[in-house]
Amino acid sequence: MPTSTGTDPQIAARQRWMGILARAEDGALEAAWADLADKPEYRLLRPPETGLVMVRGRAGGTGSAFNMGEMSATRCAVQLEGGEVGIAYVAGRSARHAELAAAFDALLQQPGRREELDEAVVTPLESAQQARREESRANADRSRVEFFAMVRERD
Amino acid sequence: MYVAVKGGEKAIEASHSLLDSARRGDPSVPELSTRQISEQLSLAVDRVMAEGSLYDRELAALAIKQAQGDLIEAVFLLRAYRTTLPRLGNSEPIDTGRMAIQRRISATFKDIPGGQILGPTYDYTHRLLDFRLAGEGGSGGEGSAPEEGRGPPPDEAVPRIVDLLGREGLIEEEAASETAEAPPADITREPLRFPADRDARLQALARGDEGFLLALGYSSQRGFSNNHPFAGEIRYGAVAVEIMPEELGFAVEIGEIEVTEVQMVNQFKGSSAAPPQFTRGYGLVFGHQERKAMSMALVDRALRCRELDEAAVAPAQDEEFVLYHSDNVEASGFVQHLKLPHYVDFQSELELLRKLRAEFEAPSAEAAE
Repeated sequence: MPTSTGTDPQIAARQRWMGILARAEDGALEAAWADLADKPEYRLLRPPETGLVMVRGRAGGTGSAFNMGEMSATRCAVQLEGGEVGIAYVAGRSARHAELAAAFDALLQQPGRREELDEAVVTPLESAQQARREESRANADRSRVEFFAMVRERD
Repeated sequence: MYVAVKGGEKAIEASHSLLDSARRGDPSVPELSTRQISEQLSLAVDRVMAEGSLYDRELAALAIKQAQGDLIEAVFLLRAYRTTLPRLGNSEPIDTGRMAIQRRISATFKDIPGGQILGPTYDYTHRLLDFRLAGEGGSGGEGSAPEEGRGPPPDEAVPRIVDLLGREGLIEEEAASETAEAPPADITREPLRFPADRDARLQALARGDEGFLLALGYSSQRGFSNNHPFAGEIRYGAVAVEIMPEELGFAVEIGEIEVTEVQMVNQFKGSSAAPPQFTRGYGLVFGHQERKAMSMALVDRALRCRELDEAAVAPAQDEEFVLYHSDNVEASGFVQHLKLPHYVDFQSELELLRKLRAEFEAPSAEAAE
């Protein structure tokens, strides 16, 4: 979840699903879209566009910001017939990923479909992402080390 | 003065085709896929992304393949590609305190909250060639099944070691400005100016050549400047990247990147304004690149001499020297441009030299008469 989460629960909910959709692995959104019972019509407000995001860090981890380097990213905006606007910003250069993430973002804003989509798409993606993180953490944890300091006698 | 030459199109075409066959090597050997490069030469990919200043594993792998494994050429390809893309925005500063840790060690404290995790490292290998990797199978990578983890749950922040020293006030504080921050310097948009501020220096170091920074960092340890550093903490893992698009007005995660962060702890005797305390050098690099991140932290600390009232006596402390020569694309371009035809230049030098030589020899010819 983004660190700069606001207090608005609507925004917090949207931040959650946008982040999960952005992190989705190759093909996961395509499969979810294929499984969708009634696919909505949408028009591209902004067709997928690949560009760069300048990644910032902080001196010492907590100090003043600096630009550390760029990463590729793709954005897209779509509009449903009902007027909902879906937006996506996703790492990498996949136009399809950005378009589908924007389409799902729009659909998730329809109060009638949110619960069903959350259950069918967002939560399973989130669980898969958490499982990957957990596996990677457990793997790293196997190399956890206890160092012992040896006192050397001085002649 | 450089005077251009024309012609040679056919020869250049032939050269490109020779390059294609040299790149391909023996056609009876299967061709490498970029996926193989990104998976199995991942540290080369990390280096190209960092010095190419563009985080994109697939593009870096492609650049490595195209450059036949010449990593500086690959960095050049990535930099050139980067100029074709628009800037969509800037990220919020990444929070390395919330990194999904793959490796985390400290050389200053044995017992640290969150523990020491060796992760994948060559540090404890014997540096003996492993002929199993040259043979069929037995390439490793299977690993044993993960045991029950003992660490913190994945989303829990792992405290920075330097912050522990900070609680006692024994190390200088690195605090973000309380008021709205001015955007940091961007040396890809504005040329470097001297004296350079730390934001511009860190950006240049993050994309700087690993070999150059390694040598400078090494020189600062050996006595060219006065660094007595400890590796306070080295951590490597994935961090989330967030941006705040204008049309949304709130931050969203766009994905994750892997970074290596190094906190060097250095001595400082104090000044009239500051008590004796440890000072810091900082390294932050794309991918898993400890040598580079440590070198960056050493050079960052050396370059802070002005602000810490230290005499700048060594190459690593000379910011014009360091920052004007750390970029391997610029350096490689200027060194290698010498290969271009300089026929007219050289002719004029040759004529001048002949004239001087004639003048030099003329008096002795007179004397001989």
